Amino acid sequence: MSVGALPRFRAENIRSMLRHGLMTVAFCCFIAAALAITQHGSWSAQMVYSMSIGLISWLFIDVGRLLISGHREILWPSGPWGYLLVAGGVTVGFLGGNAIGDAWTHQPLLDFGSFGERKLATTIIITVTATVCMCFFFYSLGRSKHMLRQIELAQRNATEARLKLLETQLEPHMLFNTLANLRVLITTDPPRAVAMLDRLNNYLRMTLSGSRALAHPLSAEFERLADYLELMSVRMGERLRYTLELPEDLRDTPVPPLLLQPLVENSIRHGLEPKVEGGEIAVRARQDAGRLVIEVSDTGVGLDGAPPSEGSGFGLEQVRERLATVYGDQGRMSLAAEPAGGTRTTLSFPLPPHA
Amino acid sequence: MNPTALIAEDEPLLAHALKAELAAAWPELQLLATAGDGRSAVREALRLLPQVLFFDIRMPGLDGLGAAAELADRWPTDEAPMPQLVFVTAYDEYAARAFETQAIDYVLKPVQPERLRKTVLRLQQALAGQQQPKSAAADEALEKTLAQWRQVLAAAAGNGASASSAPGAPLRMIAASEAAGSTVRMVPIDEVLYFEAADKYIRVLTATHEYLIRTPLKQLLTQLDPEVFWQVHRAVVVRSSAVEAVHRDEAGKLHLDLRGRPEKIPVSRLYGHLFRAM
Repeated sequence: MSVGALPRFRAENIRSMLRHGLMTVAFCCFIAAALAITQHGSWSAQMVYSMSIGLISWLFIDVGRLLISGHREILWPSGPWGYLLVAGGVTVGFLGGNAIGDAWTHQPLLDFGSFGERKLATTIIITVTATVCMCFFFYSLGRSKHMLRQIELAQRNATEARLKLLETQLEPHMLFNTLANLRVLITTDPPRAVAMLDRLNNYLRMTLSGSRALAHPLSAEFERLADYLELMSVRMGERLRYTLELPEDLRDTPVPPLLLQPLVENSIRHGLEPKVEGGEIAVRARQDAGRLVIEVSDTGVGLDGAPPSEGSGFGLEQVRERLATVYGDQGRMSLAAEPAGGTRTTLSFPLPPHA
Repeated sequence: MNPTALIAEDEPLLAHALKAELAAAWPELQLLATAGDGRSAVREALRLLPQVLFFDIRMPGLDGLGAAAELADRWPTDEAPMPQLVFVTAYDEYAARAFETQAIDYVLKPVQPERLRKTVLRLQQALAGQQQPKSAAADEALEKTLAQWRQVLAAAAGNGASASSAPGAPLRMIAASEAAGSTVRMVPIDEVLYFEAADKYIRVLTATHEYLIRTPLKQLLTQLDPEVFWQVHRAVVVRSSAVEAVHRDEAGKLHLDLRGRPEKIPVSRLYGHLFRAM
């Protein structure tokens, strides 16, 4: 197996390693120049020492971090391994670099005694400081790159979720069947056609723009549900019956918009539509020990009756995520089978203090 | 005798509208019944034996495609010729695209009088072609009708000629649960002799074992190599190379014997053409 085939040595990582190498070279040149000027030593000798120490440390640490960190997201070893790696890099770089430098300047190999105390201390301090700074710099660079990727990913996911929500709500079958019904009503029952058109108008407005608001009163949420259920009951006729129960004192409670819609849609699509004789949907809101409890129940085919189909589960997932975003672990959702067949979904979350 | 028809449509207003449009476009057509779901559509069609079926594709219980496939098997061809089939759909991109060139028809909701008249014309021509004495020509007509149905069903299901290129490579291994127990086994596709849809499951049968998967048959079909696995019934897909013999019983129904399995596999009338002697 070639080195390139190892995932940790994929091209992107090698590229970032080489970039680190180039920066190390530049940094070493800078140190060498500074030393040559301040200590009036030979420029070329300082260059060899500095470059050897820097490049050896860099190679040791950069290859080491890939080997140890393996497949982690941020390519840096966790915990003490990171410090050990830097310490190892400093030591190996210091000894190896000095050895090469000594060979270049024809001095006795690693004969630190002849340096004088101060010179040894200076070299060690410079090596350690430079290496630690470089490592921290590269680590931060890699981390911020990783964070940027995470942010991008999160944004993409959010956009995707929004699009998918829109897609399920503006499902072509729903839209075209509704329009077909509307067309029939226009000639046979114009007042009902107008009423249906108004419902459709509300429904579309809410779906296309309203979902951007953070919250609206529970009464508005129930009105949108009524729009949707009314549209569906024109289409399904006798097969769909529904009740909406909202106590007067909960009307103004703020809730995230279109929170309940996916649940009602699920009830219709997976509960009532597959059932030949249709059935009933009930949405009820109540207060219970400082919490708002909303139940969506249907008398459909139930949890086991619906055949697995694509798209099912997305609505529930979506509601669960939104609850978690707004209410943290205070928001709860549960799904249960009704004793008489059908499904009951219960949402509950803390009532806002002023409601 | 006036031509007869049956409408299957679950949305009452739309059923009513189609009825009205048909009355205008084809006054002689006698509407025998309107069914609100797939199951009662099949029941009523078998009872009344209409000449034309208008089937909504999306219906509760059994959808239009399923209802048509079931009718194809159970239709008593010695009592009445196979009916003409027209699918009615609000939105179905596959169907809309594929049906453009089909002999039998589809109608998009809301039904346009202009478009419906064309359909009626085609239906009238097809029905006129059927008025022949029972003979070899009748068999030929039946075969022609069956071929049309096959095409229409495949097109509407989205796996017709237009969509035959399966997305991704054919399946090699199947993760299936053992019939009894909670273990999931990786079953090499090369060992599978046939698949049979049962309720919410598909039974996966090898020479020695039976496993269960939950993927719908329609979805599974898109992942199988159509040269290797043949659909022979709306609920059965067999490995073509495992078919040993084809039998015809007294009622004229076909059955398959497979190498390595004791069961007799029923062959749907729709797929009988696969086993006609060369």
